[in-house]
Amino acid sequence: MTDYVRQLPPHQFGQRRRLSDLVHIDLLLLVLVSVIACYGLVILTSAVEQDMTTVRAQVIRLIVAFGVMIVMAQIPPRLYLRLASSLYLVGVILLLLVFLFGAESKGATRWLRVGPVGFQPSELMKLALPMALAWYLHDRRLPPRPRHVGVAALIIAVPVLLIYPQPDLGTAILVAASGVLVLFVAGISWRYIFSLLGLLIVSAPGLWLLITDYQRGRILTLFDPERDPLGSGWNIIQSMTAIGSGGLLGKGLFDGTQSQLDFLPESRTDFIIAVLAEEMGLVGVVVLLILYMCLIGRGVMIAIAAQDTFGRLLAASITFTFFVYVFVNIGMVSALLPVVGVPLPLVSYGGTSMLTLCAGFGILMSIHSHRRITL
Amino acid sequence: MIRLAIVAVCFVALSGAIVGRMVYVNINDRDFLQEQGDLRTIRLERINAHRGMIRDRLGKPLAISSPVVSLWANPNELLSSSSDLNQLATMLKVDPEEFADRLENSRSRSFVYLRRHMPPPEAEKILSLSLPGLYSEKEYHRFYPAGEVAAHLVGVTNIDDRGQEGVELAFDQWLTGVPGKKKVLKNLYGDIVADIMPVADAVPGRDIELAMDLRLQYLAYRELKAAIQRHEAQSGSIIVLDVASGSVLAMANQPSYNPNNRQRLDIATVRNRAVTDAFEPGSTLKPFTVAVALESGSHHPLSRIDTSPGFVRVDDKTIPDPRDMGELNLGDILAHSSQVGISKLALTLDPFAVRDLLADVGIGQIPGSGFPGESQGYLPNHRRWTDIERATLAYGYGVTTTPLQLANAYLAIARGGVRKQITLLAEEQTSTIRVMSEQTASQLTRMLAKVVSDGTGGQAHIQGYTVAGKTGTVRKLGESGYEDTRHLAFFAGFAPVQDPELVAVVMINDPAGDANGGGSVAAPVFGSVMSGAMRILKVAPDQQVAMSKGGGDAHG
Repeated sequence: MTDYVRQLPPHQFGQRRRLSDLVHIDLLLLVLVSVIACYGLVILTSAVEQDMTTVRAQVIRLIVAFGVMIVMAQIPPRLYLRLASSLYLVGVILLLLVFLFGAESKGATRWLRVGPVGFQPSELMKLALPMALAWYLHDRRLPPRPRHVGVAALIIAVPVLLIYPQPDLGTAILVAASGVLVLFVAGISWRYIFSLLGLLIVSAPGLWLLITDYQRGRILTLFDPERDPLGSGWNIIQSMTAIGSGGLLGKGLFDGTQSQLDFLPESRTDFIIAVLAEEMGLVGVVVLLILYMCLIGRGVMIAIAAQDTFGRLLAASITFTFFVYVFVNIGMVSALLPVVGVPLPLVSYGGTSMLTLCAGFGILMSIHSHRRITL
Repeated sequence: MIRLAIVAVCFVALSGAIVGRMVYVNINDRDFLQEQGDLRTIRLERINAHRGMIRDRLGKPLAISSPVVSLWANPNELLSSSSDLNQLATMLKVDPEEFADRLENSRSRSFVYLRRHMPPPEAEKILSLSLPGLYSEKEYHRFYPAGEVAAHLVGVTNIDDRGQEGVELAFDQWLTGVPGKKKVLKNLYGDIVADIMPVADAVPGRDIELAMDLRLQYLAYRELKAAIQRHEAQSGSIIVLDVASGSVLAMANQPSYNPNNRQRLDIATVRNRAVTDAFEPGSTLKPFTVAVALESGSHHPLSRIDTSPGFVRVDDKTIPDPRDMGELNLGDILAHSSQVGISKLALTLDPFAVRDLLADVGIGQIPGSGFPGESQGYLPNHRRWTDIERATLAYGYGVTTTPLQLANAYLAIARGGVRKQITLLAEEQTSTIRVMSEQTASQLTRMLAKVVSDGTGGQAHIQGYTVAGKTGTVRKLGESGYEDTRHLAFFAGFAPVQDPELVAVVMINDPAGDANGGGSVAAPVFGSVMSGAMRILKVAPDQQVAMSKGGGDAHG
């Protein structure tokens, strides 16, 4: 076959036209996301004590997010590649604006308000950063040379340093992870990785002094939740109580005492998995984890099947960032990690992260469904 | 590709760590955490139990519990709810400012009573405001239909439904129900979300049927109160006992109090003086010295004692009679209440025998009616008796008894020499013990009948019935010895003579005016109460029979 033929869409050289040729989606990914979202809705219904207006609001958000996902899937990766650097620049500028003029809410400055519309630039950055890194590395020789690693590190550092003081440790970690994962998949030398880890360990005492009392409290609480049972320890004690009293099969949906009786704080957002653990037990949690794993597995497959460096790096970063979400959230609720504000993807109540996640899945679909040949 | 594999392996490992963590928490800490979970949500709630009813022997209610509602608040919740406190205060009928202050001062607490024992409809109105932090509790309020008439015997409960006085206190355990418990689910804010299960049902308290006959109680109370007012006396007591059962049919005191209004309770009026206050009984004790004389065989009813010249010197004291009564037989000594006669008689008797008989009939002993605060009185127990001690004991000085003890002692005579344990309850079988021979008791009874028919107790006489009894006029012990003008007026007796139905003791403390003796102050009260009681209890009149028979025996 000639190059010309290879670049033709399949239906133009004699194959039957299929729906997937018109609408660029990945059916498997769509199904997995839908299943998790439905499962999440059930958990949320319980977490909000069957307050249907809240559930309805979440359904509407889901529909919007799915719409965004489908739209993102139609955009060819070429366009993402072309837009990557500008998106990143816009993101950084917006973050600067937040830094300077952001609207405050709940003690943090994360939002930009334009009239009635609120917007979190840090969410944009979750996608713009890996995109920009993938763009930066896509036409260079891999593994990247030290010079390029330095530039990449800078690309990561700028938004992270702008997000961290909002303060939003959770998002900063997610954004940083999305960037570092691009570098990792791009194959930077293990030397860098180990020296980065070493640097972290060596500078740990310094970092300990740098972080705020509030953050120190959260870390100390991890090791001894009883040191401040009514303050920073409250959340974790309550969530452990909920998880531990759930047992293998749980107390039954809508029958959890800790979650239904308001003892579990943040039960609809960051701590929603404790509701699941209490009411549907270990089994319910494992089912959710398996669904997540399938989703991640599909993401990894898409990354492997990607036909260019940009697609592979971006797909891998989006997929792995999703995993970081899951791990950090469940890790903090089950007292493996300090409490950082990371929602449980596709399950926690709230629109912003849902939108970002679905946009990411849309990009995954785009990468997969715009391949020039089907394998 | 290798990188992706490494990352994938890391993912699986981390996911494994999460699952492992959850399993660990579930296996290792499950019991603890489950218990912690229950500790947060499961509470035991109290279900107040209904207190038992107190009734008289005919079933008339003397103390009833009715459900009421007590309102309480969590001050902090109420204050921070920005609800209309003025409206609440108005509905509670308290000063709004004071009310707000009170709440403010108890902000740190989580429980403050706003108003206790409200009628349910009124409380319902306030609760319907559904203010946050306002709660209610079901309680029981005690109501006493007989009010002050039966107050001393029945007693009162406090606001927490615990007995404080009288039968309410004595039988508190019996009357009090066992509060039930139920397991409830509470949320973070302390609201009850669901009843899980009753742990124990509330067991209502048991009823008590008192021996009291409310009709006699009313009668006794009315007559006593009238006499107290008529004689401007300080206080008084009356007890009516049922001879057959030894139970208390009526027991009243003056001054009394209204048990339905506990706000203005004067502690001095709450005392059941008939049980708690011991006095020197004076001449009412004389029959027991006579009984010892008869029992010992040294005397018989017609044995004569010379009381001339109207006084006797014992040791270096002079014991006077009002006048020289010459030679008296034992019956005459009682009929005219001769101090000289009884003193001389006592000096011929074994003092230990007199003391023992008094002890046997209950003087100086705890009566054991179960009534709280029973006084034991005082009966001297000398190793060696001086003459004056023997004489004074005979006419009832230097010894103290409560009206209840005195009634118990006369009950023994009325029952033919068998003492019976007194009871407040309608259906309690009490123990009996013979304390003097039947013959002695009947001889004594005839002498006591003569006191009424032919002696100092004339005013105790009632139409259609024979009465036996003894007056007592006791000089009160003041700051400087016995006072000449202040007395205790006693009358103790029973009727009808042949087949006694009722024993009664009347004591009037410090009557004013000239008429201040037992015969003129206490005996009329005894007469009118007995007379009414005989009719109420439908006792067959016996006057004609008893007159001829009693008279014949006395002379024969």
